[in-house]
Amino acid sequence: MKDLSGWGRYPRVSGQLDAAFDIRPAAKATAALPGVIARGLGRSYGDAAIGRNNTLDATGLNRMQGFDPDTGVLATEAGVSLSDIIATFLPRGYFPSCVPGTRFVTVGGMIASDVHGKNQHNDGTFGDHVEWLMLALPDHRVVRCSRDENAELLRATIGGMGLTGTILSAGFRLKQVETGWIRQNTHVARNLSEAVALLRQTGHSTYTVAWIDVLARGASLGRSLVLEGEHARKDQLPWGDVAFPSSRNGRIGVPTDMPGWMLNATTVRAFNELYYRNGARKAGRTVLVPWDAYFFPLDGVANWNRIYGRRGFVQHQCVIPDAKAESVVSEILERFSSHGAGSFLAVLKRLAPGSGLMSFPMEGLTLALDIPVSDKLMPLLAEIDALVVEAGGRMYLAKDATQSPETFVAGYPQLDRFRRLRDEIGATGQMASKLSERLGI
Amino acid sequence: MSDTDQAPVQKNLLVLGGTSDIGRAVAAAYAAMGWKITLAARDVEGAKRNAADIQTRTGAHEVTVRQLDILDTGQFETFLDQLDALPDTVVCVVGMLGDQQRAQEDAEHATQVMRTNFEGPALLLEMVAARFAARGRGLIVGVSSVAGDRGRASNYVYGAAKAGFSAYLSGLRNRLAGTDVQVVTVKPGFVRTSMTAGMDLAGPLTAEPEAVAERIAGLQTRPADVIYVLRAWRLIMFIIRSIPEAIFKKLKL
Repeated sequence: MKDLSGWGRYPRVSGQLDAAFDIRPAAKATAALPGVIARGLGRSYGDAAIGRNNTLDATGLNRMQGFDPDTGVLATEAGVSLSDIIATFLPRGYFPSCVPGTRFVTVGGMIASDVHGKNQHNDGTFGDHVEWLMLALPDHRVVRCSRDENAELLRATIGGMGLTGTILSAGFRLKQVETGWIRQNTHVARNLSEAVALLRQTGHSTYTVAWIDVLARGASLGRSLVLEGEHARKDQLPWGDVAFPSSRNGRIGVPTDMPGWMLNATTVRAFNELYYRNGARKAGRTVLVPWDAYFFPLDGVANWNRIYGRRGFVQHQCVIPDAKAESVVSEILERFSSHGAGSFLAVLKRLAPGSGLMSFPMEGLTLALDIPVSDKLMPLLAEIDALVVEAGGRMYLAKDATQSPETFVAGYPQLDRFRRLRDEIGATGQMASKLSERLGI
Repeated sequence: MSDTDQAPVQKNLLVLGGTSDIGRAVAAAYAAMGWKITLAARDVEGAKRNAADIQTRTGAHEVTVRQLDILDTGQFETFLDQLDALPDTVVCVVGMLGDQQRAQEDAEHATQVMRTNFEGPALLLEMVAARFAARGRGLIVGVSSVAGDRGRASNYVYGAAKAGFSAYLSGLRNRLAGTDVQVVTVKPGFVRTSMTAGMDLAGPLTAEPEAVAERIAGLQTRPADVIYVLRAWRLIMFIIRSIPEAIFKKLKL
């Protein structure tokens, strides 16, 4: 038995952990182990990568299988990490078509969560760049899924949280880049309306995202820094700069759990104030930022999840359709603000619809923030979840640890199709995580 | 590279045990230095999996896979004859941990552990040494184990076989000293691999396969005789070897 939890370290569960080091054993374990779910690097925040009865560590599936420089399609086993992919291919001028906020995730995990990045509004999710995948089903079959074969199963697996079977390998597109640098423009939004407008205005840029100060109140509610980015061309680098810098991340870390008292409204407010002012100073200028600092700022602090103390934290991410987006985000911010202990980094971004049956993105605004776990947190989250689904929105399953089956069902209209498909392939009850148990999937 | 450039001669590495995690890491490290790689393993499919991985990562070089059953000693000459070229360096990572309890009760299992860790590798490297000596140069790297430094109740069948292998390498090194054929013994200590998955390994004494590979790749520029990958192991094994047998036999290690 092993202690298992997600990146938020809430909930923590003792469970059976097995490991697969090759494709065939992974497929076999999928059929043999009851109530099983595959686990990658454990970066989903809540209970998605904890099996109901068994958890299958798939990080041993870490071989790359082939690369076609003409199409940019890379084939890898599902346990290969994004970090590994970037370290291998960025020096050759290729970058993943989509990257989430950390590079310590696996290919299988990115597909199962159908992760999105700062370019989702233009370029779609990770799943949109998957050409094919090999899926181990609970009935011992291993099937290839693509837009031409088992297309429905592909749609269910992209964003399906591992509940259709174990993803064994996949082929997905990388894009060509001239450098490993991003040209970043910062815009200052003094309140939420300005932030929403700026996100819309910068929508033509490849990357755009807003950092939002959760604790700002009154007239400053929703004040943000909107960060726009483009891959820098070679001729845009200052003379002498290395085109493909290697990562300088990971040199500092959080050695132990921070005591709870350190994280309070005052310290967080001070941090956010500094971050906002520092960003505002850069506004109006174009700065060159290396890829790791731009895409994965938090990867620079090893074990940053310990900042939120021993009880762990919840990352809450919802998306709200445009019609009510601004008013609901404003309402959520006000409630968090009066709740007190807030988030170091909260993110606001525009999303376009996702393509998987259970994909999170939809046309609208997404808000993500971290909150340390406390007794008074759960009722607050329940209120917020209710606001979100009432406005036609939903919560992101890769982050979720707390929502109710009711808000889940309300947020995912294609759930019935997903359930039927699970029945057909014998996955119901067999492929099962703590998340699927909690939400009644 | 243009036609007029003098192409550097590409060097050849042969990895015996091409499906092991250390073997894979060694091959990747040499491929990154531009070497041509041949992976030999009993499980050809498993070796092909590693070959594809290395090829994808390095982009250019072809990685060759050959079948080799380390227990089939009669096939060794043919195996070496059929290589595209006599390698510049041979790294042997063949090994089998086995199960100590089972080895005590089941002579067949014990035989397999002894033959896989000692007989096969020793006989094959003897033939490699002969060919290297005839050519006048070459590097032989044998991955042995700290378990061979002293027999312990918990794994003495494996340990004895590795002790035999270490002694064999030591003798080979002694014999070839003064020639351009080098023989290196590597004792990795604990390594985080699929072979040790699920074991409770002491963190500071445990190396990643890549760290072992880095040391073995480094032998091209920094020659050595016996390597403990993590320095602490040299001290630990010195102490363990120094304990008088009268005391040692009563210890639970």
